[in-house]
Amino acid sequence: MNAAKSFSSRLAGWLPRIVVAPSLLVVIVTVYLFILWTGVISFTSSKFVPVYDFVGLEQFVRLWATPRWHTAVANLFIFSALFLFLSTGIGLLMAILLDQNIRAEGFLRAVYLYPMALSFIVTGTAWKWIMNPGLGIQKVVNELGWTGFTFDWITDPNMAIYTVVIAGVWQSSGFAMAIFLAGLRGIDNSVIKAAQIEGAGLPLIYRQIIIPMLRPAMLSVIVLLSYIAIKSFDLVLALTNAGPGSATELPSTFMFSATFRRNQMGVGAASAVMMLMTVAAIIVPYLYSELRERNNG
Amino acid sequence: MANALAQHKPIDEALPWKTRMRFGRLLIYGPLCVMAALYLMPLWVMVVTSLKPLDEIYGGSFIGLPQTITLDAWRAAWSEACIGTECTGLKPYFANSLLMVIPAVVLSTGIGAINGYILTKWRFPGANLVFGLLLFGCFLPYQAILIPMARTLGLLGLAGSIPGLVFVHVAYGICFTTLFFRNFFVSLPDELTKAAMVDGAGFFRIFWSVILPTSIPIVVVSCIWQFTQIWNDFLFGVSFTSGGNSPMTVALNNIVNVTTGRKQYNVDMAAAMIAAIPTLLVYIVAGRYFVRGLTAGAVKG
Repeated sequence: MNAAKSFSSRLAGWLPRIVVAPSLLVVIVTVYLFILWTGVISFTSSKFVPVYDFVGLEQFVRLWATPRWHTAVANLFIFSALFLFLSTGIGLLMAILLDQNIRAEGFLRAVYLYPMALSFIVTGTAWKWIMNPGLGIQKVVNELGWTGFTFDWITDPNMAIYTVVIAGVWQSSGFAMAIFLAGLRGIDNSVIKAAQIEGAGLPLIYRQIIIPMLRPAMLSVIVLLSYIAIKSFDLVLALTNAGPGSATELPSTFMFSATFRRNQMGVGAASAVMMLMTVAAIIVPYLYSELRERNNG
Repeated sequence: MANALAQHKPIDEALPWKTRMRFGRLLIYGPLCVMAALYLMPLWVMVVTSLKPLDEIYGGSFIGLPQTITLDAWRAAWSEACIGTECTGLKPYFANSLLMVIPAVVLSTGIGAINGYILTKWRFPGANLVFGLLLFGCFLPYQAILIPMARTLGLLGLAGSIPGLVFVHVAYGICFTTLFFRNFFVSLPDELTKAAMVDGAGFFRIFWSVILPTSIPIVVVSCIWQFTQIWNDFLFGVSFTSGGNSPMTVALNNIVNVTTGRKQYNVDMAAAMIAAIPTLLVYIVAGRYFVRGLTAGAVKG
């Protein structure tokens, strides 16, 4: 009797751990073990199916000797830098303007943010049509009378990556706006009133006081947008299909086509490892500081 | 108008610095309206293009109103357009997406709720580590797990199937839903659960009758977030399914990338609208909750 009771109470004590265990197991396997598995494959000569021979860094050497991968890495830098800069700038500007006690704020906010609800495939399809040189913007402007106007970036290998930037910024700048607006709403007005009494003008107040106070929001925006930029995949496939040629290849599309289209699983795994290391270098310090602050606060 | 002004007056007087130090309302409304027009333009273009007959598209401008409105493109996208060699339209793929999204949303939200409950109200040694392990899963670049997941789904006999996709979406969705619920429950007072425990309620009873009734808003946030993510997913769909088992986004991409014949832009746009409508509807009906999910990863809970 006594033993039975202590058993059941001991079971009750373990119950939370037993209930959370399956989730933990699934995440440990599908996140951490799978990362390890990908890492192992990147050290093998796998092509169509995984084989487990050890060939050292051969796949990484091959990866970095592939011109297509160099294009992908260069594009990632161009795309991320412009995407981050424009989304952050436009998002901040819109958040500041929306914060001026304007009418129809709710409506405008909804308009800026609705692209986030769409699939990148939908966004890519729409912008592919808009930027189509034969029938899209170029044709409309030409017919308005400016016959020399050309906008054929989407078919120009040197410019195509910028069409990805345009569509990406359209989709994600509202997200930056939402985070900045939340940050602006959290600022204590008394600080600003004090500056006003000192005779500071509004542009000065924004530059010297408000924008510096948005630093935590800025950090979040930059980290989350970097993450979106690195994993961008569907947008490129829908908009340019990584072309013309391989002009808009990104590491994400490179990994996919190496693994599933060109039977270079080892190279694909090596590129996935490179991507993971890039994300981890940004995300792990961010999560660490967020969690630590939360525990202190 | 006068009435509206009169109504606004008292609010105006009570307004802080922001309104009184106006640097010209035009400078504020001008850019805001221009931006709003730019943001709405692609949606406008999708809708008007989808309603035009094909000749008008090749003859007219992409942005103008249709001269003759026809639903033919929508009909074609829904039930006639060819995806690969099968000319079934999007209908069966829409069904696939529903069959994938409903179980995946319910399961991941339910599991996230109970995880969040345990991690806040039944803390055990190592609970923080568990949370940290789950949290990194939110930021995993999925390319890093594609190959092992494809192998594993094959071993489990789930390769290329909708249950396989449900499993993948639940496995990675748990990370997000646990984060949502954990951050929500952490602000619920512990006295709530302690009082219920004194009354003799156990682990599951407290969850059902004390915790869940207070957590409707976060359940909505979690469902909307998961619905949007899973409905819009393309990477898992294109990597782990093929042919007739594909979700909407994969079928849409196949329709759009057809290279033979005269390009049917009106059908492309109608197909894109069909893929967008479910998440747009959710956004319109429950935008507030959508924004909360979006900013949950950024604003400290």
